[in-house]
Amino acid sequence: MSSVAETPTVVDGLMADDLRRLYRTMTLGRLLAERFWILSRQGKTHFVITSQGHEAAQVGSASALVRGTDYVYTYYRSMSVALTLGFTPYELFLSVLAKRDDPYSGGRQLPNHPSRLAWRVPTHSSSIATQIPHAVGSAYAARVLGQECVSIAYFGEGATSKGDFHEAASIASIHKLPVIFFCENNHYSISVPEQYEIPPGGVVARAAGYAMRGVQVDGLDPVAVYHTTREAREIALAGGGPTLIEALCVRLGAHSSDDNDRYRTDAMRNAAQAADPLPRFHDRLITMGLWSEEEDTTMREEITAELRESMIRAEAAPAADPADARRHLFAEPATSTSSAEGATR
Amino acid sequence: MTVKTIAEAIHDALHDEMARDPRVVVIGEDVGYKGGVFRITDGLQSEFGPYRVFDTPIAEIGIAGIAIGAAMSGLIPVAEMQFADYSLPAYDQIVNEAATIRYRSNGEWGCPVVFRSPFGAGVHGGLYHSQSVEALFSHIPGLKVVIPATPYDAKGLLLSAIRDPDPVMFYEHKKMYRRGRAEVPDEDYTVPLGVAKIQRAGTTLSVITYGVGVPYALEAADTVAAEGISVEVLDLRTVAPLDLEAIAATVMKTGKALILHEDNKTMGIGAEVSAFLAENCFNSLDAPIARIGAADSHIPYSAEQENAIIPNVGMVIDAIRALAAY
Repeated sequence: MSSVAETPTVVDGLMADDLRRLYRTMTLGRLLAERFWILSRQGKTHFVITSQGHEAAQVGSASALVRGTDYVYTYYRSMSVALTLGFTPYELFLSVLAKRDDPYSGGRQLPNHPSRLAWRVPTHSSSIATQIPHAVGSAYAARVLGQECVSIAYFGEGATSKGDFHEAASIASIHKLPVIFFCENNHYSISVPEQYEIPPGGVVARAAGYAMRGVQVDGLDPVAVYHTTREAREIALAGGGPTLIEALCVRLGAHSSDDNDRYRTDAMRNAAQAADPLPRFHDRLITMGLWSEEEDTTMREEITAELRESMIRAEAAPAADPADARRHLFAEPATSTSSAEGATR
Repeated sequence: MTVKTIAEAIHDALHDEMARDPRVVVIGEDVGYKGGVFRITDGLQSEFGPYRVFDTPIAEIGIAGIAIGAAMSGLIPVAEMQFADYSLPAYDQIVNEAATIRYRSNGEWGCPVVFRSPFGAGVHGGLYHSQSVEALFSHIPGLKVVIPATPYDAKGLLLSAIRDPDPVMFYEHKKMYRRGRAEVPDEDYTVPLGVAKIQRAGTTLSVITYGVGVPYALEAADTVAAEGISVEVLDLRTVAPLDLEAIAATVMKTGKALILHEDNKTMGIGAEVSAFLAENCFNSLDAPIARIGAADSHIPYSAEQENAIIPNVGMVIDAIRALAAY
């Protein structure tokens, strides 16, 4: 059931502006991540976890979704998914700095856990794989309520070792629920390499066990990922059931700011750097005549200025209020029975 | 008004709420075609269809996780864990996910799921069909834990649980499902969560209990009444959050407290009630606080061994007499 997606060209539904937008968002994700790491080294944030090396997979896939219609379950590394959907650097800075006005959690949750009710991007925890059955639950709800949408769960390959993944995949396939299981395989669960995580055949081989469509795609190619995700979405909407997409990525840096990455040799890290999707897509756009070095310089300057302004503004924002530390353990009186009513009715 | 068992009252509450609110769904293993191993969901699938009464594989993480995702997507799921013992594979989903969703999203998202389970011992279910798990969940911020002891409360509390905007653990003692019948109104009504009820008024001492402890306490109270011991029975009905006002009020009235539950004694609900009384009602106490719980053990299959572990009416009578004589 598995197949390797071919890389389509610019004419396959993506216009030049679309390609440039993919590249810009990938670059934004990269530069924002670098800012986060600076904040970490400055001691201004307790923790960062970023998506360097995953930008093509994340931006390409999220570009195939319909915001506010599809349920999008992200995980802690999904920063470039978030940026594609329209979450702003300013919000993400508020979150990484644990500020009161962090719109996702008011400073309670670790950085890079964006969510928004109106966009159907549900809140997620920091546990591995627990959001995957939630995504199936949203697809199930859509069926009960007669809604036309898909639900996508993003996760790393480490998550496919957990029971949550197995139980979710099994139930989604039995009922042909409109789910996309989107695995970003960067070949490491923190330090444990893929060979000790997953039996031979990789993540995509697992799809067969669930009688599910499985597609392995070059996660360094945003265009291929876009098409693979769009196709999975169309199949799901048509009643064809779920797809497991394995996007092969690289993790350019450490797992998080609490990880020293010492378990990889210099040669291994260099090999990852050599596969960096960002310069690869940059070169491709240049070769296609869709981009120039001058435009690249200008764009980077614009993004850098935007990020600096957002960061300064976020740093000046008020800290989370200790008086609110126990707020929202339970609904406050004005809250309606189902918080998702606004998004679904 | 109709006379019903607790099992019938719970079934009817589910049925009526599903009929009233199209967002309410039932999810679990055997809940559909079979109608539940205790027949609680009998007939619901034929009336409401295979998706609103959703038969799942034996996959508690999946049951809980799908219910949670559905709750974030406009449904109000009632997830059945076939036995409370088997809610433990889903402990992570319930504790790390359902209980934290509102808090971690700054109040934007909610998780209106009811996790209902048969629980409790005394039916020779052995280690894995007899457990009491209420203390495990009562420790968790963000969860409410409800345990009805009468058919009236079973319906009214379940309707409140389903209409609550946050996750609620709802535990039904297996031994009480068909233990007796009592009047249950046919019309819609709710019993508020977090509010205890005096099931029998008295003056000599208070038995503070819930679940199967309630009929035990009432039977014991009948027995000792002839001896001039007037027992007040406070049914907590919700063990998280506790109705601290009602607990304080009954002890300030009688001056003596016996706390009774079938869950293990150590670190149980009774320990928290006892600590609350010691901290807040010390001057009202005329005797040391007494506690009865299971003997800190797993529940054996052998009837002789099971009876040696879990509380019974005789133990309650003895404890009442000792406390009255203090």
